[in-house]
Amino acid sequence: MNIIVCIKQVPETTEVKINPQTNTLIREGVKSIINPFDMYAIEEAIRLKEKYTGKTTVITMGPPQAEEAIREALAMGIDEGILVTDRSFAGSDTWATSYTLSQAILKISVFDLIICGKQASDGDTAQVGPGISAHLDIPQVTYVKRIREVNQGFASVERMTEEGYEVISVSLPCLFTVVKEINEPRLPSLRGLLRAKQAKILKWSAKDLGLDEKKIGLNGSPTQVVKIFTPAARPQGMIFHGETAEVVEKLAEALKKEIV
Amino acid sequence: MDYLLTEQQKLLQQLCRQIAEEKIAKAAKDFDAKEEFPWDIIKILAQSDLFAIYIPQEYGGVLALDENKNVGGVLDLCVVTEELSRACGGVAVCYAASALGTFPIILYGNEEQKKKYLPDLASGKKLAAFALTEPEAGSDASAIKTTATKEKDYYALNGIKHFITNGGEAQVYVVVAMTDKTKGPRGASAFIVEKGTPGFSFGKKEDKLGIRASVTRELIFDNCKVPATNLLGKEGLGFIVTMKTFDISRPGVAAQALGIAQGALDLALKYTKQREQFGKTISSFQGIQWMLADMATQIEAARALIYSVARMIDSGNTSVSKESAMAKLFASDVAMKVTTDAVQLFGGYGYMRDYPIEKYMRDAKITQIYEGTNQIQRNIIALQLIKEMAK
Amino acid sequence: MPIKIILEKCSGCSLCVKACPFNAIRILDKKAVIDLNKCNLCGACVSACKFKAILLEKTTTLASTINLDEYQGIWVFAEQKNSIIQPVVWELLAKARELSQKLKTQVSAVLIGNRVKEKAKELIHYGADKVYLVENEKLTNFLDEPYTEILVRLIRKYKPEIFLCGATSIGRALVSRIAVKLYTGLTADCTGLDIDLEKRLLLQTRPAFGGNIMATIITPSYRPQMATVRHKVFSALPKDINRQGQIIEENPLEKELKSRSQILEIVEEVSATVNLAEADIIVSGGRGLCSKENFAVIEDLAKVLNAAVGASRAAVDSGWMPYSHQVGQTGKTVAPKIYFACGISGQIQHLVGMQSSKIIVAINKDPEAPIFKVATYGIVGDLFAVIPALTKKFKEILKR
Repeated sequence: MNIIVCIKQVPETTEVKINPQTNTLIREGVKSIINPFDMYAIEEAIRLKEKYTGKTTVITMGPPQAEEAIREALAMGIDEGILVTDRSFAGSDTWATSYTLSQAILKISVFDLIICGKQASDGDTAQVGPGISAHLDIPQVTYVKRIREVNQGFASVERMTEEGYEVISVSLPCLFTVVKEINEPRLPSLRGLLRAKQAKILKWSAKDLGLDEKKIGLNGSPTQVVKIFTPAARPQGMIFHGETAEVVEKLAEALKKEIV
Repeated sequence: MDYLLTEQQKLLQQLCRQIAEEKIAKAAKDFDAKEEFPWDIIKILAQSDLFAIYIPQEYGGVLALDENKNVGGVLDLCVVTEELSRACGGVAVCYAASALGTFPIILYGNEEQKKKYLPDLASGKKLAAFALTEPEAGSDASAIKTTATKEKDYYALNGIKHFITNGGEAQVYVVVAMTDKTKGPRGASAFIVEKGTPGFSFGKKEDKLGIRASVTRELIFDNCKVPATNLLGKEGLGFIVTMKTFDISRPGVAAQALGIAQGALDLALKYTKQREQFGKTISSFQGIQWMLADMATQIEAARALIYSVARMIDSGNTSVSKESAMAKLFASDVAMKVTTDAVQLFGGYGYMRDYPIEKYMRDAKITQIYEGTNQIQRNIIALQLIKEMAK
Repeated sequence: MPIKIILEKCSGCSLCVKACPFNAIRILDKKAVIDLNKCNLCGACVSACKFKAILLEKTTTLASTINLDEYQGIWVFAEQKNSIIQPVVWELLAKARELSQKLKTQVSAVLIGNRVKEKAKELIHYGADKVYLVENEKLTNFLDEPYTEILVRLIRKYKPEIFLCGATSIGRALVSRIAVKLYTGLTADCTGLDIDLEKRLLLQTRPAFGGNIMATIITPSYRPQMATVRHKVFSALPKDINRQGQIIEENPLEKELKSRSQILEIVEEVSATVNLAEADIIVSGGRGLCSKENFAVIEDLAKVLNAAVGASRAAVDSGWMPYSHQVGQTGKTVAPKIYFACGISGQIQHLVGMQSSKIIVAINKDPEAPIFKVATYGIVGDLFAVIPALTKKFKEILKR
């Protein structure tokens, strides 16, 4: 099986704090990590390879530092990594991003399965995965919480819904976006870390992919940000002090009209 | 301090720190309470190749050995054990004890034995244990009563071992038994015994003061037939195998003690910076500062000693008994002192089981006792000093 | 160079440096300098600069040109499951009505399914002027490909200028695919929708970076302007059974019904507790609970209040509550009337999932816990004493 995993390097939001005076983000020293949902995609790809044999490739579109994310994925056990990077990608919205990634996937050309994390923790749109499958015109199943079987050009999976799940059979090649329930991502192995350090990572630019420059970066993006602002802070609340009985009395009094 | 670790050792250290922080730290209290073997953690350690670091590549490990050496990866083992111990000394000992049961095979196993047992140990599929101690034979190891009687192509093992770490959980056991009582200490031999061999059963699980994540059991041999091909080395080598194994494994125990001490210091430092009394954080008081300084210095000295001994062993030096005894003696005494001081720094909270620090003190104690009590370590050191003097 | 600093206007005040979410700007010799390797062209600095010293330009060569004037009307995707219209649809119709008044245009709903014709009337009662109805046995349940193909064709045929959809698991998968096929802009999880009358554009406001900043987004050159909105962000209008409208039946084409995926089975996992997303009151527990058994304290309070039980990631990771109860960045986002955060410190990833709650009550023994900054009411104390007392108190008040 040839499996491609699309990942994104994002800031670690545990670290992202708001400067209380200016109400803006403090980003000094904020670590970059692999988008948490993508870890599940990476793990699932490795498990599928362990079960069915084959090759796994991780691909990301990002600035040069995103190479770290690729090496992390290799250390977990992915076979090969590709960094799609070019200044002209800056300002890409999800349309341009999914276009760029889908062209890179076409360049890889041989694949049975593409796995993405459900959404990225910085953008939270969940649009790139389905966007890629639309560009490639392959079927998609989102919110996959379990891959039951892959057999003779078909996969049967469980798709999480608000009420439970659906069992879906889909023909390959196809794209999955996966949710946290699908597995527990492994930690890197020593062998993996050593291999990842030495690994040669392919780097593809817009030219290498033969991209239509009208469809990439800021120019290719149908959506545009016109304003960024910090949300109005919640007004300072009331903290109750005193003995348990006292504070409980005060709180119950305050909430009474909302609850009754 | 920069110990000039190799690239691999640094990666290993980061990896183990990650494992310790993400997987072990939060479960440590639970392991201590439930006293159950942490199989889930063992699986993670195995998957990260941690059992492979001291096993040569040709037997499934990661260790690349020069031709003239037969042992290595001891510093890597110390680094791993220390990092894991910072989070939980109990979990770390489950890991380190497997190394203890593996080294005899690495040192004295023949090609068939190595090919048969090492790959599964390297992948963490199987765990090992070392069985010497008996109810009547602790420090006086030569008083062991377990016998191994030769019959055609097997040895019949009879006797009881107790206080065996990983007992019952491991699949591969290196057992020291008397093959010839008339020869005294030269009549002992070491055998590889697999779990499930008829006549090999397990007795009670001990209820311990500390390292409660580690399982300690009795091994019962009742006419247990061990194939003659499982004899390690030759008959009569039993205590040599034991001594040489301990020479290499003592830095690991020392590293466990070191990790426990470091973990305790880290907690104490954090606490003293938070806790306020008399209008200031207690870390502002000189008395407290001096305690912290002494703790940190002792820890660093222990680390330097352990790493030096480990490097000696990795470089092929086989005459390390005195040095490795020193490392174990010093580090374990430091751990006991540091953890006791750490509890003291926490004040009343240090005594409460709600807070994590008391566990470190309980975990530290065993490091002064097992793998040769610190009294025995002193014997070893003194005897070696005198021997060297006599030259 | 799409972005540059107009040096004569730059005063080196560094407001832009603080505003940049990517740490891409620094001050060198009293002038701002942008590191193009880090810059994502998001425009936060442009908004922040008081001196209008930053210029962000987009070239006007578009990949596809359309006549924007040909696009009129607001469409709402009427998501149905088991022939029941999902509640978010009523809320979208209400918002669409509000927007349509500003644009002086009509609101239409698109309903795809099987034997759902009676539901079309309901859509009109809740605000639709027209309902496009597509029925077929093969469309009973949502499948990505058929629904995408049908909507793409209908959108191309009828040319709505705005397309709204619920940010449900179906909605998000569906519109992402449609937006790519149509080459148009899509903004997910909008918390605000408004109209720029001058440019006749939909202003789509949504949180980013876990809700720490808000972004307003437009789709200036492509149509329809697509947006998804979560349940309970907007309010529905009351049902008006006298409302009249038009139902237009559209037949699906044979090729549109083809699907490379099939639903083999639908499994419902009914949770014993109240559905988190729908609950008016949620009682959530975190690390402070210390054990699975202790969660009983949370469950008791929830029971008395008829509330749903939530959990922080720490509690779920420790195995004290199943993942379906997790609130936060990698769990569920909720916006109930009252959210009790018990033994929850209030780290950003948790806040992201509940900070839109109307009333937040925090109970924590640590007075420095970040949760107190967003709490409407807070109690600094031992939750094991406070919560049972609270439960008892509410039991009295509610006579339960």
